[in-house]
Parts: sequence; C-alpha cells; structure tokens
Amino acid sequence: MIAVMKEQKNKIHPHKFTLWVALASIVMMFTGFTSAYIVKRNMANWISFQLPKIFWYSTAVIIISSITIILSRNCFRRREMKQYRLWLASTLVLGVIFVCLQYIGFTQLWHSGITLTKNVSFSFLYIIVGLHAVHVLGGVIALLVVLIKAYNVKRKNYNIVPVDLMNTYWHFVDLLWIYLLLFLVMIR
Amino acid sequence: MNNEEVSHEQSLVVHDLGHAAHVHHHKQSFITKYIFSQDHKIISRQFLITGIIWALIGGLFSVIFRLQLGYPDSTFPFLQDLLGHWAPGGKLDPEFYYALVTMHGTILVFFVLTAGLSGTFANFLIPLQVGARDMASPFLNMLSYWFFFSASIVMFCSLFLQTGPASGGWTIYPPLSALGDAMSGSKTGMDMWLASMGLFIISQLLAGLNYITTILNMRTKGMSMTRLPLTIWSLFFTAVLGVLSFPVLLSAVVLLLFDRHLGTSFFLSDIVIGGKILPNEGGSPILFQHLFWFLGHPEVYIIALPAMGITSEVISVNSRKPIFGYMAMVGSFFAIAALSFMVWAHHMFVTGLNPFLGSFFVLLTLLIAVPSAIKVFNWLTTLWKGSIRFTPGMLFAIGFVSLFISGGLTGIWLGNSSLDIHLHDTYFVVAHFHLVMGVASMFGMFAGVYHWFPKMFGRYMNNTLSYIHFWITIAGAYCIFWPMHYEGLAGMPRRYYDFSNWESFKMFGGLNEFISVVALIVFATQLLFIFNFFYSIFKGRKVTTPNPWGATTLEWTTPIRPGHGNWISEIPEVYRWPYDYGKDGRDFIPQTEPVGENENRH
Ligand code: HEM
Ligand SMILES: [Cu+2]
Repeated sequence: MIAVMKEQKNKIHPHKFTLWVALASIVMMFTGFTSAYIVKRNMANWISFQLPKIFWYSTAVIIISSITIILSRNCFRRREMKQYRLWLASTLVLGVIFVCLQYIGFTQLWHSGITLTKNVSFSFLYIIVGLHAVHVLGGVIALLVVLIKAYNVKRKNYNIVPVDLMNTYWHFVDLLWIYLLLFLVMIR
Repeated sequence: MNNEEVSHEQSLVVHDLGHAAHVHHHKQSFITKYIFSQDHKIISRQFLITGIIWALIGGLFSVIFRLQLGYPDSTFPFLQDLLGHWAPGGKLDPEFYYALVTMHGTILVFFVLTAGLSGTFANFLIPLQVGARDMASPFLNMLSYWFFFSASIVMFCSLFLQTGPASGGWTIYPPLSALGDAMSGSKTGMDMWLASMGLFIISQLLAGLNYITTILNMRTKGMSMTRLPLTIWSLFFTAVLGVLSFPVLLSAVVLLLFDRHLGTSFFLSDIVIGGKILPNEGGSPILFQHLFWFLGHPEVYIIALPAMGITSEVISVNSRKPIFGYMAMVGSFFAIAALSFMVWAHHMFVTGLNPFLGSFFVLLTLLIAVPSAIKVFNWLTTLWKGSIRFTPGMLFAIGFVSLFISGGLTGIWLGNSSLDIHLHDTYFVVAHFHLVMGVASMFGMFAGVYHWFPKMFGRYMNNTLSYIHFWITIAGAYCIFWPMHYEGLAGMPRRYYDFSNWESFKMFGGLNEFISVVALIVFATQLLFIFNFFYSIFKGRKVTTPNPWGATTLEWTTPIRPGHGNWISEIPEVYRWPYDYGKDGRDFIPQTEPVGENENRH
C-alpha cells in the first residue's frame, strides 16, 4: 500500500479522501432532513418557533474551537508538542461546552412549551439540532483519542495525517452548525 | 493496518534490492485469516457466501407464498410443521403471507443484490483490477462486512418473533410501519427491521467510502481512469450512488423511529385504529415516500450497475472482441447515475403527487431509457460477429442482456404517468422489476461467479451442471414473469393474498398455478447451483494456468491462488486499455504489455 502511495506523492492521501467522501454522505443525511423540513413546512399545521438565545453563544463557542484547533495544528507543524496538546485540549473542552449549551437550549425550549411532540416543526428542530450535537460528540471522542495519543511520550509520532483528519472533521461540524442555524433562523 | 503497511514496506525494500521478493506471510490463526480477515479476497468470499445463504432463505419464502397464490384452496400440512402457528392446518396465515412478501423483497433487494452482489465483486475485483495490494482501508472494509453480518443476524432473528417479522412491504410505508397497533408485523418485527437496516446502511457507507477511495487513489502506475475495466467503472458509480442515497434512507429511518416511539407525527395524521382516534396530527405519509424513493430509485441502479459492469467484461472477454464504445459505456454509466437521482417520484404518480410535478418526472424517467439503450446497443454490437465462447459465465451475461431488454421496455410504459394510473400496484409492475432488476441482476451475479470462480477458488465449477442451471433458469424466469404482464394489464393487484373472490380474476387461476409450479422448479435448480458452488470449492477441477480465459486484465497476472498482497513481487505497470482483443492479428494483448512501435492505438 505504501508502495502505491509513494508513487503518488502529489495525490491526496487516501484517508483524507475517504473522510471527504464520508462528509459528503453526512451532508446528504442532513439534506434529507432539511428538505423534508421544507416540504413539511409548506403543508398545513406548521407552527413557527423562536430559537433560544443560548444557541448564539454556542455558535460563538464552536467558532472559537475551530480557531483553537487550527492553532494546535500550527504548533504541531512546528513540533511544539506542549503547545499542541494545550490547544487540542482547549478544543476538546470547547466541544464539550458546545454540547452542554445545546442541551441547555433544549431544556429552555421545552420549558417554554416547545416540546418534541407538540408540532412537527418542533420535532424537526429537536432532531436536526440533536443529530448535529451527536456528530459533535463523535468529534469530541475522536479528539480525546488523539489527545491521549499525544500524551503518550513513549511513542513519538510526527505524522500530520491524523491531525489533518481531525481538523477537517472539526471544521466540518462547525460549518454544518452555522449552516443549520442560518437555515433554522431563516426558514421557520 | 499497520502490520499491512509494514509488510508491504518490506517487500518493497526487498524489491529495490533486486531480489526475488516473497509475499510476507505473517503467522495468522484461523480466526484472523478466515473470520476477522482484512484481506479483500476473503471479505469478498464472506459477502458472497452470506449472500448465497440469504438468497436461499429469500427464495424459499417466495416458494411458500407462491404455493398460496397457485393453490388458494389447498392445504399443505408440511407448512404447519415448518411454520407452526403461521400455517394453521397447513393453510398460510394471511398476516404471515404479508410477512413473507415483505421479507422476500427486503432480503433480495438489500441483502442479496446489494450486499451480496457489490460486496462480493467490488471487494474482489477493485484491488485486483486496478492493481492494488488491498483496499485503501482494509480495516474499514472488514468493519463493513461485520456491520452487514450484524444486520443479517438482527433481521434473521426477527423471523422468529412471536408477532412475526415486518410485514408492511419492502418499502415500509407508514402508517403500517409507524404504528405498532396497525398489524402484528408492525410491532417488534418492524423495530428489528429498522435496527437491521440502520446497521446495513452503515455497512454500505463504510464499503462505499473504501471502494471510491481505492479506485481514485490506489491505481497502479499507468492505470489511468480510461484504462479501467468497465467492471470498475460500474462499481465506482454504484458506490457513489450508495454513499449519496443511503444517508437519506437513514434520515427516513430516524424519523420513523421517532414516530414509532416518541410520539412525533412526521408521517402520521388523522388516523383511526379500531375505532380509536390517534392524537397524531400534521404528518404526511407522502413525505416518507419522497424520502424512501430518493434512496429507492438509486438503489435499483445500485443493484443494476454492477451486473452491467460484469456483463460488459464477460461479454467482451468471451467474444474475443473489444467492448464496443468504451467511452459511451462510461458516459452512459454517468448519465444513469446522475439521472437516477431525479426520477424517484415515478413511484408516486398515483399516491397524491401533484400531477404538474409528475409531468417533469415523466420526462426525466423516459430520459433514462436513452443511456440504457446505448448500453444494450453496445453489448449487442460487441457480440456481433464475435468468436463467441459459450462459457457458463457468457451465457448468463447474454441472459442478462435479454432480460434487461425485456424488463426495460415495460419501464417505458410505466414511466408514462397516464398509463401508470392503470398499471400501478398491479402484477405488471411486479413483472417489470423482476425482469429488469431481480432476475437480470441475479444473472449478472451468476455470470460473475462463474467467470471469476477460477480466480476466487483456484478451481473450476462443473460445466454440465452450469448449463442445466442456465437453461432452466432463463426459461423459467420468462415463464414466471412474462404471464404476469397479462395479469397486470387485466388489473390484478399485487400483494393480495387470494384472488378467488373476484369473478374477473378467476380466469387466471390456471396461470397462477402454472407460475407457481415453474417457480418451484426454478428454485430447485438454484439448489443445483449451490451444490455446484460448494462442491467445486473443494473438489472442482484445478486451475493450472494463470489466465484460463485469455483475458487482458490485471487479476489474471497474479498467481493462481493469490496470497495476501495479491502480487508476489512488484505490482505490474499498465500500458494500455483492457480491451485489446483480436488486435493486430493477436488473440489478446494483456494490459501489462507495453505498446509496440508499429501498433495502432485504440
Ligand atoms: C428504462 C428504464 C426504466 C423505466 C422508465 C422504469 C420505470 C419504472 C416506473 C415508472 C415504476 C413505477 C411503477 C409503479 O409502481 O406504478 C418502476 C418500478 C420499478 N422499477 Fe423500473 N424503470 C426502468 C428501469 C428499471 C431498472 C433498470 C430497474 C432495476 C435495476 C428498475 C427497478 C424497478 C423496481 C424495483 C420497481 C418497483 C418498486 C416497487 O414498487 O416495489 N427499473 N419502474
Ligand atoms: Cu424507479
């Protein structure tokens, strides 16, 4: 396998490529939800809703986390491993905070009477935002694995590929959230 | 994965030194070699054998419900022994009839013709034909099989539930699929169907990612995209379709699970069950149909494309002629793949779809006939004046073309929304899709198995049994499905348990009996194939030359029984397209042979 890769240095690394295809399929899943949402919205019995303010804070958090993960990658490339671990850990913490904020947002919605089953529009809201949070959680777990590996001093690893993969995925969930937020604000 | 890289690294180093390198055999136990294997060739056999087992089960189901349809007034005491309370007194229970039809469709469409077909041939052929030692990620590849395996286990267990497996049809339309109280098959059976399908979708996504990446990134030196065999092109588009459409089915599954268990109303509105009014309001079952068929139509091409690719390859090799119109073949694959995302609503013409919208879907649907016709034309012209060798694989490939024409033509009828008002949900549709997809793709799969069996197992299958298998199956397939067109034109609805209440369908009593008898014979013939398959794995005639069919592609440059890593020394370089048959007075020129000075380029 390495043999083939060596011949094709200029090509994109197969793992990165695989990730891009995987992202395309996640996009398709959310396309399924959002188009179902649009179709449903044009039918009778649709109650529009107001997003809780806290979602804007969580947006800020996830954008900052995208910046910290870029910083961590830069440190990695300069071999500043201590800094790298620090920024990586902050990304992880910000990711956890993001998920918590989403959860708080959900409880606020629930208490304001926007419950899961009251109207289809509310059900969609919970499912779309919830599944996005699940994808962030998946990213948090991946971050945890990368972080543990980074603390493993016995095995020094300067391979940039896993770091790049982590970066791509994290920016993806960030952009996905921004898209979903705008979608839910503009079309409700 | 890491071991793999290391081992290849070593053989590379050895090679650089100019020694004859050996494939590095790490010590492997039976478990890592045959069970949790990461070798694409083993994984391919796992998919194939699991697929065969499922085909046996799914086929058996069709025999059982054909007994009911052919002999609605008789009882079969052995059915009670086999099915217990589902066939009291030897008469099939109506609820279980629906369960059988549903499971037959689910099993054949997803487990046999999706996982079994592309799982087998994508895994086997992609690394071998593009010139790679294995898939881009052998680990994900293994995972994909085990997700499929767990999906199989869940589905298999659901067959034994007290309330029976899912029974709402393979398309699981709500409300039958969304309300546990709708029928007994809507209870746990439906939940297990959804769970199994969730696992299945993950398996297909993992597999698809790997196929696409391997084809685009792992080709050997000189293997440009236009030098790929058409099998690889077809498997590539299949994977693209899967990766883009299965996630949408996953969203539908998620929404359905919410409707079932958390009281949401995505697909439910104003429903009365047993006199009780349900609180669900505002949902729409049509929404589900949109989501389902957005996958469902690409899915039928996920089934058809690999069979088309195999057919192209087998026909060219056994006609000893280059495939006619290679670029047209690639182009029509692309056109089919692209169009297949824009025609889904032709399954919904009469379910309340806006007729104005419908007319667009009529147009796009009829457009698909163009690339399909191009393919048929190219297969026929490849056969034309070829020096045809009627090997079993070749017969099945030609059978595929025949069935695809017969079934494709009726697609054009159905694609006209005004005709579809009459034909929808009748036996005409059943005839259409069984010929064009069901039987045709099974033929593609058989063609592939017969053709690549020597490479897979290092032995040949028995020819006499193969010829018997072919002739009975093709004659039987036409005898079963051709008459169904007439039944459908007369308005006979599909999925009914018993037609004897209708005066107008009484005339089909004899025909239904005939169909059932033939179905039984064809099923028995498949047992012959299964016997031949397993017997030949252990006792078949041994292959003694590396390239028994005189084919140009890379898989025949490996040892007769390739080990993990496929090529013993370096991966060969490729200099030409894969269809140089009968060129410059030579029978065939392998892809690995450099282009001579005086040779004309193709
Ligand atoms: C010439 C191209 C084709 C056209 C125009 C066409 C058109 C149609 C239409 C309009 C229907 C809906 C009929 C109804 O339910 O009333 C249909 C059903 C179906 N077609 Fe085709 N078709 C074509 C080729 C194919 C191919 C190549 C496959 C599979 C490989 C396929 C598989 C199916 C299946 C599985 C169904 C039935 C699904 C169900 O309701 O259970 N068709 N086709
Ligand atoms: Cu279709």
